[in-house]
Amino acid sequence: MTELLRPQAIGQDLARRDGPDKVTGTATYANETPVENPAYCHLIQADIARGRVSAVDTAEAEDVPGVIAVLTPGTSERLSSTEDKELAVLQTTDVAFRGQIVGIVIAETPEAARQAARLAAVTCSEQTHDVSLSADRVDLYKPDKVNPSFATDTSVGDVSAAMDSAAATVTETYTTAMNHNNPMEPHATTALWNDGQLTLWDSTQGVHSVRSTVAKVFGLDKGQVRVVCPYVGGGFGSKGTVHAHVVAAAMAARALPGRAMKLALTRQQMFSLVGYRTPTIQRVRLAADRDGRLSAIALDVVEQTSRIKEFAEQTAVAARMMYAAPNRATSHRLAALDVPVPSWMRAPGECPGMFGPEVAMDELAERLGIDPIEFRVRNEPARDPESGNPFSSRHLVACLRDGAERFGWADRDPRPGVRRDGDWLVGSGVASSVYPASRQAQSDATIRFADGRYAAEIGAADLGTGAWTTLAQIAADALDVPLDLVDVRIGDTDYPFASVAGGSSGTSTWGSAIVAAARAFREKYGLDPADGDEAQGQVPEYQAQERYALYAFGAQFAEVRVHADTGEIRVPRLVGVFAAGRIINPRTARSQFIGGMTMGMSMALHENSVLDPATGHVVNHDFAEYHIATCADAANIEAYWVDESDPHVNPMGSKGVGEIGIVGTAAAIANAAYHATGVRVRDLPVTLDKLLPGLD
Amino acid sequence: MPEITVRANGHARRVAVDTRSTLLDVLREQLGDTSPKKGCDHGQCGACTVLLSGRRVLSCLTLAVSCDDAEVTTAAGVSHAVQQAFVDHDAFQCGYCTPGQICSAVGMLDEFADGWPSHVTPDLTAAPELTDDEMAERMSGNLCRCGAYANIVPALRQAAGGPG
Amino acid sequence: MKPFDYRTATDMGTAVAEVSGRPDARFVAGGTNLVDHLKLGVAEPDLLVDITAVTSAAVEDRDGGLWIGAGVRNSDLAADRRVRERYPVLAQALLSGASGQLRNMATTGGNPLQRTRCVYFQDVTTPCNKRVPGSGCSAIGGYTRYHAILGASEHCVATHPSDMAVALSALDAKVHVLTPEGERSFPFVDLHRLPGEKPDQDTRLQHGDLITAIELPPSPFAQQSRYRKVRDRASYAFALVSVAAALDVADGIVRDVRIALGGVAHTPWRAYKAEQVLRGQPAEVASYRLAADAEMADARALDGIDGGNGFKIPLVTRTLVATLRDLT
Ligand SMILES: Cc1cc2nc3c(=O)[nH]c(=O)nc-3n(C[C@H](O)[C@H](O)[C@H](O)COP(=O)(O)OP(=O)(O)OC[C@H]3O[C@@H](n4cnc5c(N)ncnc54)[C@H](O)[C@@H]3O)c2cc1C
Ligand code: SF4
Ligand code: FES
Ligand code: FES
Repeated sequence: MTELLRPQAIGQDLARRDGPDKVTGTATYANETPVENPAYCHLIQADIARGRVSAVDTAEAEDVPGVIAVLTPGTSERLSSTEDKELAVLQTTDVAFRGQIVGIVIAETPEAARQAARLAAVTCSEQTHDVSLSADRVDLYKPDKVNPSFATDTSVGDVSAAMDSAAATVTETYTTAMNHNNPMEPHATTALWNDGQLTLWDSTQGVHSVRSTVAKVFGLDKGQVRVVCPYVGGGFGSKGTVHAHVVAAAMAARALPGRAMKLALTRQQMFSLVGYRTPTIQRVRLAADRDGRLSAIALDVVEQTSRIKEFAEQTAVAARMMYAAPNRATSHRLAALDVPVPSWMRAPGECPGMFGPEVAMDELAERLGIDPIEFRVRNEPARDPESGNPFSSRHLVACLRDGAERFGWADRDPRPGVRRDGDWLVGSGVASSVYPASRQAQSDATIRFADGRYAAEIGAADLGTGAWTTLAQIAADALDVPLDLVDVRIGDTDYPFASVAGGSSGTSTWGSAIVAAARAFREKYGLDPADGDEAQGQVPEYQAQERYALYAFGAQFAEVRVHADTGEIRVPRLVGVFAAGRIINPRTARSQFIGGMTMGMSMALHENSVLDPATGHVVNHDFAEYHIATCADAANIEAYWVDESDPHVNPMGSKGVGEIGIVGTAAAIANAAYHATGVRVRDLPVTLDKLLPGLD
Repeated sequence: MPEITVRANGHARRVAVDTRSTLLDVLREQLGDTSPKKGCDHGQCGACTVLLSGRRVLSCLTLAVSCDDAEVTTAAGVSHAVQQAFVDHDAFQCGYCTPGQICSAVGMLDEFADGWPSHVTPDLTAAPELTDDEMAERMSGNLCRCGAYANIVPALRQAAGGPG
Repeated sequence: MKPFDYRTATDMGTAVAEVSGRPDARFVAGGTNLVDHLKLGVAEPDLLVDITAVTSAAVEDRDGGLWIGAGVRNSDLAADRRVRERYPVLAQALLSGASGQLRNMATTGGNPLQRTRCVYFQDVTTPCNKRVPGSGCSAIGGYTRYHAILGASEHCVATHPSDMAVALSALDAKVHVLTPEGERSFPFVDLHRLPGEKPDQDTRLQHGDLITAIELPPSPFAQQSRYRKVRDRASYAFALVSVAAALDVADGIVRDVRIALGGVAHTPWRAYKAEQVLRGQPAEVASYRLAADAEMADARALDGIDGGNGFKIPLVTRTLVATLRDLT
């Protein structure tokens, strides 16, 4: 147990500190840093999915007025480390996926750079590529582990025997589509190499991890690299690791010392260069007795990775701990394809992994004639089925009950396809959410005092999560001073080391470091510090991890309407109730929840990166064709939480709120679509063509 | 390169522009106003929305050379109740779509005041009412990947003088 | 993007002379399609002639109908009282298209001339007969969700993306054009062409022909008209399919009808067969179904990744029946 802070600033409903700068557009993002006389980079990309670059003829490109240089595999610097093949930019002539960087144009203007990139003649010898994922490929393989370090397969008891003897079972295959993070701010890096010092203004979820990665790739000392990023225009995971364009920008800067290089990816380029969520094929088996007690849960997942770098999404891990079934089995198999490297996308693992099983739960509840909420309640485990540890707190049932009340679930007629309001078929659905309450092992913070004000410094990132504001609240309570006496300084490697904003661990990790620093500060200087006083602190060891199962939970309720003539599908109402520890700032936390739910709705109804097996690339690679929800799709989303304060997670008693909102949403919507129409769609996204054949 | 006069947020500036440059790029790269954002560069997201002679348009699809003498207002030059309403309702997260949302909202409210209908107006011949559905439809040209829509609509309601 | 010259037209005649005299010159109006294509490398003109100052931005009453200048913005046209009252199908089509910002830019002349949204057409790294004649069609066997079910050829299966144009087809609109030889006008339904062997040609206009206006003839029953667009998200999305219909019913019998379909062909698709079947029939769902079936008799689904586009055939039928039913 940790000593919990007495919440004063924590828990207050506060406007974002960066609000005024954002509503006037004066907050500066990576590509907007004012730099003297910048040059502009544009990437040249491979238009084959597998093969070899035999020649890059840059003559015509170099003739474009304003072009300064064209870097190619033949002319670029040799990198110090090429261990990470995704980052080995221009180090080889091999092409491993369509869209791979095969050249960099540097020019005086963005127009010239772009024109020249178009004129560079890349000749390739093409080999047959293979980008098709399927569950019956013979070359599927078992990775050593799945992200970040989970067992690939698990098996407890005997699922097959349980299936054979059960009163009711479900055996179905579900699929989720390839999805792209698509933060609104395209990935961008401004790079300057000056006197042996590399400065990167990079749009990133973690300045320190960019620094260590880039230092390693270029063989520099960490001290030679500074990374700055005060504002991030969204990331959802894609800015959580360094991608190739960052290396490209740094390379360009090193080729032209003293000149700042601006490199912003186009929206289209983001579909091949900055990661995506792998499509998944999920075979689910559930078995239960007549009373709705699960005897077996099994989830076998097939997904993809790239040939050059393994990324094994931990899709099945949630099924290991979610419900009390004595017989459990999970597995992950990968197909290594000629595709870009998959990467982190909001709630990796849990988000796709709670689709198949949560729809299957709905199917089994129906088969048993039990209300789907009741069915879930009956399968609440007393302890984590996987580790046997107690949950530090688990309020899934409270979320389900509270949500049912708010949503108006009580009088629900379970029969599918029987409600109609004008031209619309109406239905409702529910699903559970879960996300680990994690904390990173390392993060440091400094508290400084000057002119009567305190400053908390930590190289953290605010990608819209509210860190600018919530870290101030935490520091204020840790120092026991009014909030308006506290400044926060983040987004710069000049501040103490901070872990990446990912896995919903940011606030927990950085907040713990700030609390440690504040406690050290008070210990050192008491209540009456002098100007210039400062103290450091670091995140303590997460001892609770050994003894408890640490998770946030939630329940999502969707109302779905399907047009009886056209099959168009709308979600006029989505209600989520979460148990995520103590809420530091209700206003920003609510935004995180509804933001996740909105993205979950978008995943349920719209998002689908169409990978053409013939060309080998995602052909709907822009915002006109890759649909994400608009305001008209997602204007009515409600998020609530149940009171929960977990003394085991951290001194704030808080769990992460950034990802859980997207977990379960798609299942709730698919379940509601079934309830509306009687058509069970098991493949995301749920689009009208999948519903039409079942409508009268 | 042709020279044009851009009247951005009340300041007239003479700039030489590449005919290929969009108003968005000239504002951001030459005039130092980075409040209009580039989310897609192809008219598909609304992040670059500015007011051109008072109307909301996409600066990424507007050639700068066609804007000689035109009045341009960016979010940096807007001073409107909608901005505080966005802060009050936390109608953004990362803030990258926000300047475009703000300009779009200002334009949208003017269009509404002029009696323009929308796709969801039930009766095209009647004056539209500023319902949530109307606002959501009219703001759908501004994507928000952070998913702040459910806060944007109440913020607009507040800015329009309704219950926030 | 290749560098190009830019000129503001001083009058329509000069604009036509400037463009028709230079093979790589182009008009630019709202720019919402052309500027997009410049960036994509789909269009590589050497001269842009900006016609926004010289094309009329007025909507005028003429001969009982409406005369719409080519420079009228889509938003102004949709807000025009006369359009809303007398030609609701057109106002609805316009309002269902694009976004508020785009409608403020897009023009009456430019909208029908916007080019297909076929993903391969817009991606210069893939073969496309429309962009590069003879290079092949990547859509066939590829991603065809937004592609044609009617009138396609083995060379191109693209659809025309405009909503407005579908309404104009149903309304028997006329196009007024200024050519180097003088003024000319013809039915709007003759503006676009099927791909056949020349998918690079979207329309029957010659290079340098300038649309000066669109004329809506008086119609006793255009008031009874409706545009129904079916799309993958609630707003800001192109049509999967759409239906523009105007219906004249007397004593329970269809006296006259106009139907055009969007999202199904290389042109806005005037559904003459369905109209033919309907005239004189009882105004009821059974007749509408027969009419839709008649129109869809020639429809051909495309295979393709992600399920192909076969769903469009029943979707058109259902949407058409529902639209006529709602008009009755
Ligand atoms: C993201 C996005 C979504 C969209 N969604 C929709 C939608 O849902 N429905 C829809 O219908 N449209 C949609 N559009 C397309 C939009 O409506 C068109 O781009 C617009 O109508 C084109 O008009 P413009 O004046 O901007 O044309 P421009 O881009 O200026 O010109 C288009 C073409 O027409 C030529 N031209 C223009 N005016 C004339 C003239 N008077 N005479 C001869 N030639 C001329 C130009 O040379 C050019 O070749 C969308 C566009 C975008 C970017
Ligand atoms: S359908 Fe037409 S536009 Fe699309 S790739 Fe084929 S030829 Fe090109
Ligand atoms: S940047 Fe202009 S609409 Fe996206
Ligand atoms: S606030 Fe991040 S995209 Fe809207």
